[in-house]
Amino acid sequence: MTNYHLDHLQHLETEAIHILREVAGEFERPALLFSGGKDSICLLRLAEKAFRPAELPLPFLNVDTGHHFPELNEFRDRRAAELGARLIVRSVKDALDRGIAQAAPGEISRNRLQIPTLLAAIEEFRFDCCIGGARRDEEKARAKERFFSFRDAFGQWDPKNQRPEIWNLYNARLNQGENMRVFPLSNWTEMDVWEYIRRERLEVPSIYFSHRRRCVRRGGQWLPANDLVPPKPGEEVRELTVRVRTIGDVVSTGCVESPASTVDEIIAETAAARVTERGSRADDKASEAAMEDRKKAGYF
Amino acid sequence: MPATNDSLSAPVPIDILRFNTCGSVDDGKSTLIGRLLYDSKSLMEDQIEALERSADITGGGQINLANLTDGLRAEREQGITIDVAYRYFATPRRRFIIADTPGHVQYTRNMVTGASTANLSIVLVDARAGVIEQSRRHTAVASLLRIPHLVVAVNKMDLVGWSEQRFREIRAQFEEFLPRLAIQDVKFIPLSALNGDNVVDPSPHTPWYVGPTLLGHLETVHIASDWNLRGLRLPIQWVNRPNAPKDPALHDFRGFSGQIAGGVVRRGQRVLALPAGLLSTVKQIWTYDGPVEEAFCPQSVTVVLEDDIDVSRGSMLVGLEERPGFGTDLRADVCWMHTRPLQAGRKYLLKHTSHTEQAVVTEVVSRLDMGTLEVQPSPAHLAVNDIGEIRLRTARPLFHDAYGVNRLTGAFILIEPGTHATVAAGMLQASSEAVRPEGAEYEI
Repeated sequence: MTNYHLDHLQHLETEAIHILREVAGEFERPALLFSGGKDSICLLRLAEKAFRPAELPLPFLNVDTGHHFPELNEFRDRRAAELGARLIVRSVKDALDRGIAQAAPGEISRNRLQIPTLLAAIEEFRFDCCIGGARRDEEKARAKERFFSFRDAFGQWDPKNQRPEIWNLYNARLNQGENMRVFPLSNWTEMDVWEYIRRERLEVPSIYFSHRRRCVRRGGQWLPANDLVPPKPGEEVRELTVRVRTIGDVVSTGCVESPASTVDEIIAETAAARVTERGSRADDKASEAAMEDRKKAGYF
Repeated sequence: MPATNDSLSAPVPIDILRFNTCGSVDDGKSTLIGRLLYDSKSLMEDQIEALERSADITGGGQINLANLTDGLRAEREQGITIDVAYRYFATPRRRFIIADTPGHVQYTRNMVTGASTANLSIVLVDARAGVIEQSRRHTAVASLLRIPHLVVAVNKMDLVGWSEQRFREIRAQFEEFLPRLAIQDVKFIPLSALNGDNVVDPSPHTPWYVGPTLLGHLETVHIASDWNLRGLRLPIQWVNRPNAPKDPALHDFRGFSGQIAGGVVRRGQRVLALPAGLLSTVKQIWTYDGPVEEAFCPQSVTVVLEDDIDVSRGSMLVGLEERPGFGTDLRADVCWMHTRPLQAGRKYLLKHTSHTEQAVVTEVVSRLDMGTLEVQPSPAHLAVNDIGEIRLRTARPLFHDAYGVNRLTGAFILIEPGTHATVAAGMLQASSEAVRPEGAEYEI
């Protein structure tokens, strides 16, 4: 008798493929949010698995904050071209110029400003569904998000009033102006993402791997030193061997000191982070090693 | 395109167990989840730090494991409706997905949401209180959803002096009503979530208990046979037709994509396409990683047939040996999840596998009394959190299995037209009629 067994990655994969095909079947104008980050790289491979040999039945959408790592944008453009996908980029700068978004006095981060830019793009292209790579293990609010996350005409999520989500029967019904965010990677952890990247031999942007970078110490993190993050007087600046664990804007992405230069080494580091966390309980909190581990973990 | 197929068939020992926890507010559910995560070393450093900080501030130095689920606590304080939260942890043997289903507000809705995909359900019982209405309700819902495995976690054993006698009493209380339910595998575990006894590490206080710890059981419970591997069911989600393929071999490619909801599909197999009622043969099982000879539930595949027959989204390919039932008059058990009650005569959209049909509820047959687990015939309506049996009629025949036979082809949801609210989870009963294909070729 054949062994009809799926391992954990195969389970997560078939769940995500099913969701992507439901999106293609249920929505008129879906889009896939592709940043070039590791989670959306997995999404792309899952989309290939869901829709090949046909063309991908949805365009890619990215909101460019203007503060992206250049490596990421280069990777994004190249992958979209390789896959023959249509890539739509809408920029925060453009949204600011056109008055769609307004910066608060002194607001440097463009995290918040992505939101009106994204909503304007959804309106412009009349997207009824945007697929994103967010995961429930990332933070507490996300732990409560559905696979199919309903948004009202203002793009708002109402955690008080989510549709119950039962079996694999997703309610995709919308009224005019409403839209859906769909998260096929909801059940994936950081470890699953890296193991999938390894199994599928997926290319990821170079900044995920160890490299030399001039960093500035701020808010307990090493931020990449550049024109947008000029070191202030008294701030410590060092050239370090680092990588990024999660990619946001250059103004807010903490770098972690790491020698990991291959996917295998990143997986080992992710696993080891758990091991050190085992030992680093309250008792050895003050020790030198615990401090170093905390830097390595690089958690927000 | 790689010709190898290692991502579909290579066996790797680590799998996923999905479970949900249910209990009333004071049963120690949050503490139990916190204990599982803490003792299995699944917490990140910042989470532990946060725990320790709150211990210093409010707990007199004592870590409160319930604070791990403090997302929920904050919501409670703000008066927001509490919802299911998902948590993840891993041991070297398994990955775990916990659906943390709060027990008191919208309990049926929350529990059904959290438990519908679970392999296992943990029902918490306070050893002092024993079986209460909530325990019976949670167990009944787990049974109705056909969750294959149940764990009765008898918590707070430290507060009854680790009495074997008390443990046996609670077990006997359960065994009184378990025969009326459909759960095959039940495990009773005496524990103290607060102190960690029998959660991850065996307790020195229960020499009379020879079974596994809770985590030991979660790591080893046999789930490989939880999927239905008898009777091919392939609901079609999407028709795969390349527009302008560079590969000339793909010019006439017409594949049917879906996730196998039951059984095994093989190249060369005769299949019946529903609702067309036409037979064909599987020409190819296409996957991104190359063609395969066979694929099984719950894999996602793209099937190419020998014949050009009418198949589209909402169609289903089935094997000939185990045929599904069909019909427009259906009987089902439902969990009602909306504050607008269900009454006979109401119309809804019914989503089943990959298609959606118009449906009307023709009769509310009965309601289950959660206190007694007795069936009350002909209630006026089903209110929010009620469970009952209904009859409904669909505009077109539904090809389905009894939920007890196949959890995927026996399940549906009801959607209210206009608001598009999901108002019910439904579990179909067996149909009196089985599908027969057109033509004389078919013999049984």
